[in-house]
Amino acid sequence: MRYLPLTQEDRTEMLARIGATSVDAFFADIPAAKLNPGLPDLPAHKSELAVERALGRLAGQNVPAGSVPFFVGAGAYRHHVPATVDHLIQRSEFLTSYTPYQPEIAQGTLQYLFEFQTQVAQLTGMDVANASMYDGSTAAAEAVLMAHRVTKRRKAVVAGNVHPHYRETIATVSRYADDTVTALTPAPEGGEDILSAIDAETSCVVVQSPDVFGHIVDLKPIAEKAHAAGALLIAVFTEVVSLGLIEPAGAQGADIVVGEGQSIGNPLTFGGPYVGLFATRTKFIRQMPGRLAGETVDADGKRGFVLTLSTREQHIRREKATSNICTNSGLCALAFTIHLTLLGETGLTRLARLNHANACKLADALAKVPGVQVLNKSFFNEFTIRVPGKAADVIEKLADKDILGGVPYARLAAKAGLDDLILVAATEINTDEDRAAYVAALKEVLA
Amino acid sequence: MNREGRGATTPITTGTPAPTTFTGNHALELEEGLLFEIGRTEVTGVDIEDAGDFTSRLGGHERKLSLDLPGLAEPEAMRHYVRLSRQNYGIDSGLFPLGSCTMKHNPRLNEKMARLPGFADVHPLQPASTVQGALGVIKELSRWLLSLTGMQAVAFTPKAGAHGELCGMMAIKAAHIANGQKRDIVLVPESAHGTNPATAALIGYQVKSIPARADGTVDVESVKAALSPQVAALMLTNPNTCGLFERDVVEIADAVHAAGAYFYADGANFNAILGKVKVGELGVDAMHINLHKTFSTPHGGGGPGAGPVVLSAALAPFAPVPAVVTDGESLRLVEEEGEAGADQALGRMSAFHGQMGMFVRALSWMLSHGADGMQQASEDAVLSANYIRACLKDVMSVPYGERPAMHEALFDDAWLEGTGLSTLDIAKALIDEGYHPMTVYFPLVVHGAMLIEPTESESKASLDLFIGALRDLAFAAKAGEKERFLGAPHYAPRRRLDETRAARAPVLRWTRPPLAEAAE
Repeated sequence: MRYLPLTQEDRTEMLARIGATSVDAFFADIPAAKLNPGLPDLPAHKSELAVERALGRLAGQNVPAGSVPFFVGAGAYRHHVPATVDHLIQRSEFLTSYTPYQPEIAQGTLQYLFEFQTQVAQLTGMDVANASMYDGSTAAAEAVLMAHRVTKRRKAVVAGNVHPHYRETIATVSRYADDTVTALTPAPEGGEDILSAIDAETSCVVVQSPDVFGHIVDLKPIAEKAHAAGALLIAVFTEVVSLGLIEPAGAQGADIVVGEGQSIGNPLTFGGPYVGLFATRTKFIRQMPGRLAGETVDADGKRGFVLTLSTREQHIRREKATSNICTNSGLCALAFTIHLTLLGETGLTRLARLNHANACKLADALAKVPGVQVLNKSFFNEFTIRVPGKAADVIEKLADKDILGGVPYARLAAKAGLDDLILVAATEINTDEDRAAYVAALKEVLA
Repeated sequence: MNREGRGATTPITTGTPAPTTFTGNHALELEEGLLFEIGRTEVTGVDIEDAGDFTSRLGGHERKLSLDLPGLAEPEAMRHYVRLSRQNYGIDSGLFPLGSCTMKHNPRLNEKMARLPGFADVHPLQPASTVQGALGVIKELSRWLLSLTGMQAVAFTPKAGAHGELCGMMAIKAAHIANGQKRDIVLVPESAHGTNPATAALIGYQVKSIPARADGTVDVESVKAALSPQVAALMLTNPNTCGLFERDVVEIADAVHAAGAYFYADGANFNAILGKVKVGELGVDAMHINLHKTFSTPHGGGGPGAGPVVLSAALAPFAPVPAVVTDGESLRLVEEEGEAGADQALGRMSAFHGQMGMFVRALSWMLSHGADGMQQASEDAVLSANYIRACLKDVMSVPYGERPAMHEALFDDAWLEGTGLSTLDIAKALIDEGYHPMTVYFPLVVHGAMLIEPTESESKASLDLFIGALRDLAFAAKAGEKERFLGAPHYAPRRRLDETRAARAPVLRWTRPPLAEAAE
């Protein structure tokens, strides 16, 4: 077996040195009746070539996004990632290292986490960011728990236009933690009334911008109302590239900003692994979940980095920790920080402009298709269209014509009664030909 | 003209100490500044076509301020990260004996498979007809996990071990609620990972600690005494964090079930028993499996992981959405609570459908090993740990030495008594010897613990060199060679770092130095 270096001779010598006759001696504490004689329903080991064939067959049963005109978003976006990013994250010193608990031999990881934290803080307009969460949705749920700790209240208001998966993730953990969630009704045409849901018991208001339908939300009045009521504003984004053009939530009064970082540096990979971004104000750092890299010096006075404030964390505080999170998204955070470093502010702004321009062109083209209505007044790179009939059927028929045309909103929230809406995303990957093909196919489907 | 070119070098010993360098570099050991010190906001390493003229639809929410994000051109970026990478130690650098973390070889075949466009370039919300192979991976991975554990169902979406614990414990809470039970206590042994009590507390449970008995295993009588109608579950790691198999596990499980509680197993140490015993036959109701430990997906400097949870028949109905179900010839997802196939689902753990990238890597490892290879892997991992223990027990002290070790060799610091040295000093001296230290000061039940997990990936020569290094350090410690330890590491990119200072006045990000200084 190619991954196992010990030879039969080695095993015999090692057993002799231990003074055991067989490895069975080491498994003696397992009740004998429970030991497996073998695993008859599983196959024997395979060569590298055979594994490639088996997994290649499964991969071949999927339609890769890059093989068709592609307009699917709703929380995960297809962007071009420079070749340098994937090369660098496969450097084995990054790929095969552990959480940097031994800082003297993990300065590479610690420095890029420190740089990542700084980039996330700058992007969101916040003071500090942590070293990543699992993804945007779990970051949002952790933000709600943090707001409960900060305000010592236990009722969250979640806007109706937050991504339904994020809403469910927050609702699930809240249900089991015996916390209350006021979940507002979706407003597909925008202009949602969030303010009237805020009261003296509210710990936090969770608002997404651009929201799941694509509308860009003015966070300032929500921040003011929340603060007046003693609550925190948690701002959520699912498309981090939008921060290249849109005013960051930090500048609009948000107390915690969370979001999905997949768009920068990370492939779609059917939904994971992704990277959750989490930023807040300095005054709240001791209530933050997750790991933090911080600057210090070594015994010779040289600058270096360590994991810090770990008295918040589970391995020290156990049941009193701010979160149970341990492993997070290190390598995805690395991909994010490398891609963002390559972009810089100049590249990110250009990338965001190109995304927005492509979305504007697509929205204008789709609006001309008979029966199609674009719901948005404002959007970044994703908007919502209303179609006659069931959106899910339209998407299936488009797929039959090799167009992946978006996400039926009902796929995310079947019970919302919004069966005629499609979320449509456009990024820098879309060409004029892609848009023309989409418009032509949609005309045929709706004819 | 010099037609002979450069002559061959002949080393000369000067006897003078090595000079201080202008750059601070030492040949291959290169210092690297922060991105923010070397980058500039007007530089970019990505060429992006111009968007052309169009009317913005941002609704008046345009960003007005600079983000102050520096960029690097591609060659600069390459050098920045390559230099940083060289300050890291990885599994590919050498033996990585980090107990409870299972730092085994990460095959590159797995990386290649995960990057096939059919896996890496597929969106989670594409129509089911276009992702049959991705759903097939989930189905196949589940089949292997169920076969290996003898359980009923897999909740595949949890994103790491602790997230799996949360999923399993929420399933337990959901089951109690469905049974009309209100229970508020979770029993956790003292030797447990910190994530166990943190998880239980997160969903409102009171944590009650169970002591270990003298041989390092959980005291079955203490468990029985602690059980009551208020107890919701027992969380137990098996093999435990002392590297021992809980031999009374069946009796413990029976007692837990008799009290109407559920048995949660922490699967962090699954590598020791992979293919040897099915946890379902031991009475386990829920167990997370760290694909980034047992199934070789890379740790990546702290993630991403994947923590699918296997569930017993009693808990299977409460698995979170989404679920993958067979519909005639094809597969589809059940994505909403309450739908047929998820009518008692506990809810949703996260957006989308879990860590597909990790599923592909883990499945690649499973297929490569097969049933025979997996059993051999766990036997080799256990043999190697016992070999290390046998070769070091005369110079270091072994708690619970009367029981066979599983995949980890545990030492305490009794052997350091009178040397003036601590476990931390041994760990840092091991860095100078070219190793990542073992897990230290965990489990908490052992004083100055040193937990060594070699995994199955080491050759005998590699194990022997590591054992030799530790024996040499043990002799040096006892011979009073304190400077070798107290100043360690001497040869790492950094000496010991000031963690106290980092925590007292946290600097968690770079900030631009005040302009006044620059103007002077």
